[in-house]
Amino acid sequence: MKLPDLAELAVRNLRESVLRNSLTTIGISVGVASLVAMLSLGIGLQQLASRRLMKSGLFDTVVVTSRRDLRNFNRDQERSGPPPGESRVLDEATRQAIEHLPNVLEAYPDIRFITELRYEDKPHLTMVAALPTSAQSNDAFEALQGRFFSSDTAPEVVLQKTFAEELLGRAPQAGLDETKVAELAAPLLGKELMMRYAQRQSAPAESSSAGKASAAEDPGLASAAYSVVSRELKLKIVGVADLDPESMRGPARARVFLPLKLAESLHVMQPSDLREVSRAPGDQPVYSSVSVRVKKPGDVQTVEDSIKKMGFNTFSILDASRSIQQFFKVLDVFLGIFGSLALAVAFIGIVNTLVMAILERRREIGIMKAIGASDGDVKRLFFAEAGAMGILGGIVGVALGWAIGQVINLGTNMYLKRQSFPPEHFWSVPWWLVGFAILFSFLVSLAAGLYPAGRAARLDPVQALRYE
Amino acid sequence: MSSAGNSRPNGAPASHTAAVLAPAMMAPAIRAEQLCRHYRMGEAVIRAVDGVTLEVRTGEFVALLGSSGSGKSSILNLIAGLDRPTAGSVVVHGRNLANLSREDLARYRLRAVGMVFQSFNLIPSMTLAENVELPMRFAGVERGRRNHLAREALTRVGLQTRMSHRPSELSGGEQQRAALARALINRPQLLLADEPTGNLDSHTGTEILNMVREFNQQLGMTVVMVTHERALAERYAQRLIFLADGKLVSDEANPAFAAAGETKEERR
Repeated sequence: MKLPDLAELAVRNLRESVLRNSLTTIGISVGVASLVAMLSLGIGLQQLASRRLMKSGLFDTVVVTSRRDLRNFNRDQERSGPPPGESRVLDEATRQAIEHLPNVLEAYPDIRFITELRYEDKPHLTMVAALPTSAQSNDAFEALQGRFFSSDTAPEVVLQKTFAEELLGRAPQAGLDETKVAELAAPLLGKELMMRYAQRQSAPAESSSAGKASAAEDPGLASAAYSVVSRELKLKIVGVADLDPESMRGPARARVFLPLKLAESLHVMQPSDLREVSRAPGDQPVYSSVSVRVKKPGDVQTVEDSIKKMGFNTFSILDASRSIQQFFKVLDVFLGIFGSLALAVAFIGIVNTLVMAILERRREIGIMKAIGASDGDVKRLFFAEAGAMGILGGIVGVALGWAIGQVINLGTNMYLKRQSFPPEHFWSVPWWLVGFAILFSFLVSLAAGLYPAGRAARLDPVQALRYE
Repeated sequence: MSSAGNSRPNGAPASHTAAVLAPAMMAPAIRAEQLCRHYRMGEAVIRAVDGVTLEVRTGEFVALLGSSGSGKSSILNLIAGLDRPTAGSVVVHGRNLANLSREDLARYRLRAVGMVFQSFNLIPSMTLAENVELPMRFAGVERGRRNHLAREALTRVGLQTRMSHRPSELSGGEQQRAALARALINRPQLLLADEPTGNLDSHTGTEILNMVREFNQQLGMTVVMVTHERALAERYAQRLIFLADGKLVSDEANPAFAAAGETKEERR
């Protein structure tokens, strides 16, 4: 029998006992729906987690520190590579070398310092950090009031909301939502801050006789000498960010942010300056750490390896992300198993329906055999019926699962909104899941049809026709 | 029992003489040799067909007669390839059905045999046209040709206006005519009819058997009809084979047809 004929006969037979076949198909749908619901919840949660974590910059960032920075030392790194005293300095040349590694998007120095900012003649002490332009995409600036820096060198600042509260003399509040941040921002945007900072200046070579003497012996020493000058800079407040101070990432501890190039040009005294005073390689700035952003999380390992080969310490959250991914895989498996349980019930439903159909259609099967249907024809017909119920049940089930997901999404978001959290999408039905669910339903139905189809095929036509 | 024992010597020579008459020209359509079909029912063995030997020539119209339980339907099922003999052989057009695989038997039923039943056995959920074209679906005939042939077959039995009706909307006679159309759709060499008039009034029964005779005479189909109505058999069949308790009681040419048959043979 040809496939279109088979399909046509199968659909016709299904339509004959509409109620029973519909109930069975609904059974399959519920099974598929629960499978889809469970899996899409798993996938959605995973996507939510990785989206959140990805935006936080945790998974695509490698933090590079010099081995000379003994404060960051860990035992593993101590054993490998050259001893700290002989290892390389993390300077501008190195930063550029790292930036040119394959799969690296950017490498920027972490510039941070504690300093005093004056607002309306009142001093405020806080941590200031430099941000590259790429930080705009960080989720910390998702709810930025005002705007980001107009350029990488503009004398502008973005404030963290708790600092904004401090400037306005308001009591700190937890869980501020967007409107409240906007309220904070309104009186501050466009206002000026006066930043007072310690600038490092290269000292003139003749500044001291001792320096002179040693410079004659070692030219490196001369450039290592510097003086520190107090400076002031007017900064314009352009934005207030709803940055979570407890975020896992470094810059979060700072409450005032400057454009990176501007910060670099200020030559603010850094803790590493003191450390490197004995070994500074000329005019090049030396950094205590450099953040490296890679193209995708998968590149972290290779980039980390190549930076380690260059002789630096690296740190990334990759290992943590691996165990998170593993957790979600396990979660998916469990959710899948629970979802499949419903499909197993549907499986029994299909077997039952088809076995009933055989009993009911004994005579029909006998007739078909008498007029020339082979065992294979009868078997294929029952398979086609099971398969048709499977596909139909699969399609309805996916739609049902999707609808359940939408409802739960809606409900949870209403709850989140009431709790002053932004809405989230933790329900995801990707296309592959749609295809997989329908295919799975089809295969399960075929498997369920195996026994009834075999039984129908083996039916003795003489016996079947004898039944009245 | 005793009659079966006595009649056996009588039956055997009769079939023998028929074969002897024209051994070369009368190629047997069906040849059953020591055919047995036993059923096991718990401890007891039921001998539905018990050592029957018979031969049906191509183009012959044969009636199998006997009371219910005489084994006539069982023999028909064995010839139809719906059942397999416990012992002995059935050879139809040179093929020993006992040696065919299940798949080959199905193909044999599809291509070589048309069957008509007492209870019509049309599929209730299908229209007449769909019922008639069903064997062609199994044969893999494409739709256009199927529709054409089904229309042709239904026209032949006078049901061209009832093509899209379901069997339940038709009278018994009409249903049996549709069943006849279905039996003929694949142009088989053999038409097997199991009590085709059993559920019909005598007038309709006659109408159906007239059609069967027409197919027999015009298309040269070999017909084996099971019936318990002797009068009908005598009116249509060229040969009457009597069965009792699974054994062949007698096998005789129908006197009404004997003359016609002989003249035909003489002419050849």
